[in-house]
Amino acid sequence: MALTALLAFNVANSVAVLVLLSLGLGVIYGMMRVINLAHGEFLMLGAYTTVVSANAGLNLWVAMLVAAPLAVGLFGLLVERLFIRFLYGRIIDTMLATWGLSLAVIGLITTIFGNTVRGVSAPFGGFAIGGYQTSLYSWFVIAVAAAMAAGVWLVLRFTKFGLIVRATMQNPDMAAALGVPPQRIYMMTFALGSALAGLAGGVLAPVSGVSPVMGGAFIARAFITVLGGGPAIVTGTGLASTLFGSISEVATFLTTPVFGQVALLLAALIMIRILPQGITGRLLRRSL
Amino acid sequence: MHPFRPSRRGLLQSAATLAGGALAAPLVARHALAADTIKVGSLLDLSGPIGSSGQAMHATIRLAVEEANAAGGLLGRQVELVNYDTQSTIQLYSQYAQQLALKDKVAVVHGGITSASREAIRPVFDRYATLYFYNVLYEGGVCDRDCFCTGTTPAQTVNKLVPYAMETWGKKAYIIAADYNYGQITAKWMGKYVRDGGGTVQATEFFPLDVTEFAATISKIQQAGPSVVLSALVGSNHTAFYRQWAAAGMKGKIPIASTTFGLVNEIATIAPSESDGVVTSYGYYEELSTAPSAAFTKTVRGKFGQELPYISELACATYEGFKLWAEGVKKAGSLDRMKVTEALESGIAVDGPSGKVTIDHATHHVVRNAYLAKAAERKWDVFQSYPDQAPSDTAAVCNLIKEPKLSKQFVIDVKT
Repeated sequence: MALTALLAFNVANSVAVLVLLSLGLGVIYGMMRVINLAHGEFLMLGAYTTVVSANAGLNLWVAMLVAAPLAVGLFGLLVERLFIRFLYGRIIDTMLATWGLSLAVIGLITTIFGNTVRGVSAPFGGFAIGGYQTSLYSWFVIAVAAAMAAGVWLVLRFTKFGLIVRATMQNPDMAAALGVPPQRIYMMTFALGSALAGLAGGVLAPVSGVSPVMGGAFIARAFITVLGGGPAIVTGTGLASTLFGSISEVATFLTTPVFGQVALLLAALIMIRILPQGITGRLLRRSL
Repeated sequence: MHPFRPSRRGLLQSAATLAGGALAAPLVARHALAADTIKVGSLLDLSGPIGSSGQAMHATIRLAVEEANAAGGLLGRQVELVNYDTQSTIQLYSQYAQQLALKDKVAVVHGGITSASREAIRPVFDRYATLYFYNVLYEGGVCDRDCFCTGTTPAQTVNKLVPYAMETWGKKAYIIAADYNYGQITAKWMGKYVRDGGGTVQATEFFPLDVTEFAATISKIQQAGPSVVLSALVGSNHTAFYRQWAAAGMKGKIPIASTTFGLVNEIATIAPSESDGVVTSYGYYEELSTAPSAAFTKTVRGKFGQELPYISELACATYEGFKLWAEGVKKAGSLDRMKVTEALESGIAVDGPSGKVTIDHATHHVVRNAYLAKAAERKWDVFQSYPDQAPSDTAAVCNLIKEPKLSKQFVIDVKT
């Protein structure tokens, strides 16, 4: 019984991590069809912002929940203005540009901070489910992931900005004809997606090995989740995270970590075969 | 023919002579220069996931070269270090290895960090007859007359770590290891020593190097309830295990002994609350308080500063590896590969920071000291030393005295 509860908790944690990793990417991809290959490095920048500012004496919570999204959001804004805005609609070119950006950011961070940096450790400590110890911090990760998804959903569903964003997403020309500047909406959405990536990096920093190349370990999972989710940003990312997170966690628990990874990729392969447009490409098409 | 009108052939000839002369001149000059310095190759990852291990190694080999040069060089010539940053990429290892052997024509190459990188470049140096030193602790079994391995092998370290863990904490072990040749083979050795000591291995799990989530494993470990976790996890992604372990409150509940912890600077990058109590066994620790060690770390820190990552066995063995090679060259009085190899095989020894290091002819490995240490407050508390440990694992399968032509890595058949 306790073991089942523990497994359920681990699955929830693993789903939450996937949501954190992929929501920022989902916002940018779902909105502008920009494949941001530097997404892993945006996460890494979030983690570095948290670690560096916390080591410099900033309160950990402020570093994680405010400094990280702010810094990476601003960085995203800069990137959008300098590179991305010239490349909308040119998928291959944006991939190339963002890949170059990812290499440059890794190089820059390595030059500034070296290959390793003194990390921050997770607050709270552990708690017991039955006889099993597990991490209280995972609750926090789950809460942030839920809040992030809910926040994006609420903004898209109930605010004027959300309405304009959805309109621009559906038909940028028509939105422009009605007086909405798509360029500005794109800019703001890109910054928002970057800020979400920064927040995710910040929240994961205390339970990750923080290094300049850490993005590489996240990027594949984030892409699989976003593509598996399909066009609806929140529902799609949420459903795909739940599916893939559960499969990989249960497979890892029952077999080995190697097979956990294999199971995730297999599930993604099968799903893309059945639902080439992602989950929300066929099901729940009117969702957000 | 008009006397003042040069023939076309004559013109071409003189042009060729001129051009040849012009080309030949710098060639001659370069040869003259090359005769002045001895080129020593180095292949180390200075960036990427393995970079933090490579930086300290790069520092100590530079120090060793500078010290050799300050003492008048080798055979009356200055030593020039040619280093390439392999960026934690195996492909670059192969590429730069060829470059060192064919273009730079170095006298010896020191380098390689992961076992995967070593196995990528060792055949290259065999093919192009270049002497090769691998100065890293590894899983053992390399049997190659053109190669010297100066780091520790499982018989020297795991064989101390596991018995200590079982005596101190109990007989049930849970093994977690990185999923490539080092982790796979080291896990076998861990299993062997556990069984030799009358213990049981509850489970062995392997993790690809990009795994960052360990919640499932932490649950499984608790389910099994071992008396000790034996870890051969590798790289900065795997550092997450120790963090998530501590975050789950497992710290202090089940002890951890590791053959890799600390090699990518974990002791500095993670908090004492996450690292305290982890026990490791290596051929060297920066905290080792013997006089040669203290002098060595003082020089390295004085020269490269406090920002340099931890000076681990890797950095120390790199320094000692160069010294061993230099002794071999002095004894041979030549840079010729065979002459230097034979000189080294005669049982060359140096007194390095870790203590006495002696080359073993039969295995081309070294007899060296091993230590046990426990992490405490971002430092290693060295509490046990084992002098003059022989590479008996490799010696069980490899005898280069009898079979000098061998060039392979034995996957030692660890009896299960």
